Amino acid sequence: MTNSEKNRLKDKAFQVFGVFCTFIGLVVLAVFLFDIILEGARRIDWDFLVSLPSRRAARAGILTAWVGTLWILVLTTIIAFPLGVAAGVYLEEYARKSKMANFLEINIANLAGVPSIIYGLLGLEIFVRQMNLGGSLLAGALTLSLLILPIIIVTTREAIKSVPRSVRDGSYALGASKWQTVWNQVLPASFGGILTGIILALSRAVGEAAPLIVIGALAYVPFTPSSPLDEFTVLPIQIFNWTSRPQAEFQTNAAAAIIVLLIITFMLNGIAVYLRNRQQKKIKW
Amino acid sequence: MSRKHNKLEAINLDAYYGDFHALKGINIAMEEKNVTAFIGPSGCGKSTFLRTFNRMNDYIDGFRTEGDILLDGKDIYTKEVRVDELRKEVGMVFQKPNPFPKTIFENVVYGLKIQGISKKAVLEEAAEKSLKRAALWNEVKDNLNKSALALSGGQQQRLCIARALAISPSVLLMDEPASALDPLSTAKIEELIYELKNDYTIVIVTHNMQQAGRVSDNTAFFYMGELVEYSKTKTMFTSPQDTRTQNYITGRFG
Repeated sequence: MTNSEKNRLKDKAFQVFGVFCTFIGLVVLAVFLFDIILEGARRIDWDFLVSLPSRRAARAGILTAWVGTLWILVLTTIIAFPLGVAAGVYLEEYARKSKMANFLEINIANLAGVPSIIYGLLGLEIFVRQMNLGGSLLAGALTLSLLILPIIIVTTREAIKSVPRSVRDGSYALGASKWQTVWNQVLPASFGGILTGIILALSRAVGEAAPLIVIGALAYVPFTPSSPLDEFTVLPIQIFNWTSRPQAEFQTNAAAAIIVLLIITFMLNGIAVYLRNRQQKKIKW
Repeated sequence: MSRKHNKLEAINLDAYYGDFHALKGINIAMEEKNVTAFIGPSGCGKSTFLRTFNRMNDYIDGFRTEGDILLDGKDIYTKEVRVDELRKEVGMVFQKPNPFPKTIFENVVYGLKIQGISKKAVLEEAAEKSLKRAALWNEVKDNLNKSALALSGGQQQRLCIARALAISPSVLLMDEPASALDPLSTAKIEELIYELKNDYTIVIVTHNMQQAGRVSDNTAFFYMGELVEYSKTKTMFTSPQDTRTQNYITGRFG
């Protein structure tokens, strides 16, 4: 074999290896999806979506779970969106390069890596106990807001950073203040990116069970919450609960609930991708 | 005709970026309704100097000045001067056209809107007037709600000029306004500068010697942070006093 033939063979070998690596994750995901759908799809019907939980698997539904998940989504958005965006704007536009700013920056990056159960413990102490919110939707939403704040802050900063210096200069040169420049130019121009980040953060929050279990969200809630101070459950907790039962019927229920949860997550991700593409088309620097 | 008064002045101006001494003891006076060109090799301080007149350097960490910059005889670097008020008086056009990612109309009236002017009739009148002044009106009058980013580079730059004129400044600072444009667009901008000097005091930074010769009344040559020579443009290009000036304008370096 000549050297060049050897090289071509190596090249080919790496391509095959690369394809294998790429597909390994996808295949696992596909097998998992296939398995879940096979198990759970036939269980999903109208009754499943609008029934309260029950000790009898055939009568149990996920009404309280998905309504709880929606509540959590909305409340978390209301809390985390303004906080995260404001913090991101401050760090990117206002904070002077100082030791303090550096310190903040490093710690926000660290926060993004803290395990979610730790946030649960934090939420338990601050919101549930100190603020006396109990295992309520509000306590859950506040806890999840803490969890996704670092993600929102980081993506907000990235989005803001992508607005060119020249746009800011143009605004300042016309006599605009910093705030006017941020509000009228920087935020509108980076809004698509910020929104994408928030939606991706929310889709992470939707899938969290651990921190909510810690703050005392219940698996069995026989009513749909009607105010932020009501007790609640969410889909991941319902799924966790069902999978820990020995009966096969509950496993089927769990699979069906997983499908619903996945649909919600994929929908959120889809919206994020759509917004990002639209933004990229609209503004080309 | 009465003698023109000095619109812009620098007196013993030093400027620093941290430890770097960017401008060294600059003294210059520019008459109103004149065009002054700043020329010099890259990094000579001419853009830095231009930006001291509307305090655009304020945002740069570690930038500071010593000495005075006067607008109509008043120091603009005192505490009493509000930067937003100063910039209403001293407009600026940048090297690369930088329209906002908004409609053409929104671009022109932005400066007015941030002053709190929101009457539609007032804004529309101002937009038309400024766009006409910037020789862009005929090209865009039917598309005022189109995105400014859809315009050509030359049109974008004239839009930026219109945007600066809309808030009625008396001084217009131009930082290599044509360096990113094709020759035809450049000619239009130069024509425009010639028109505008009837009403505005214009300072233009340029790398293009011919451009300086065509548009300016006076020329200032900067080298390594110093103002080497400042005189009537004609004088500068026919009989420069300093050998550095001579070397630069004859193309021996730069």
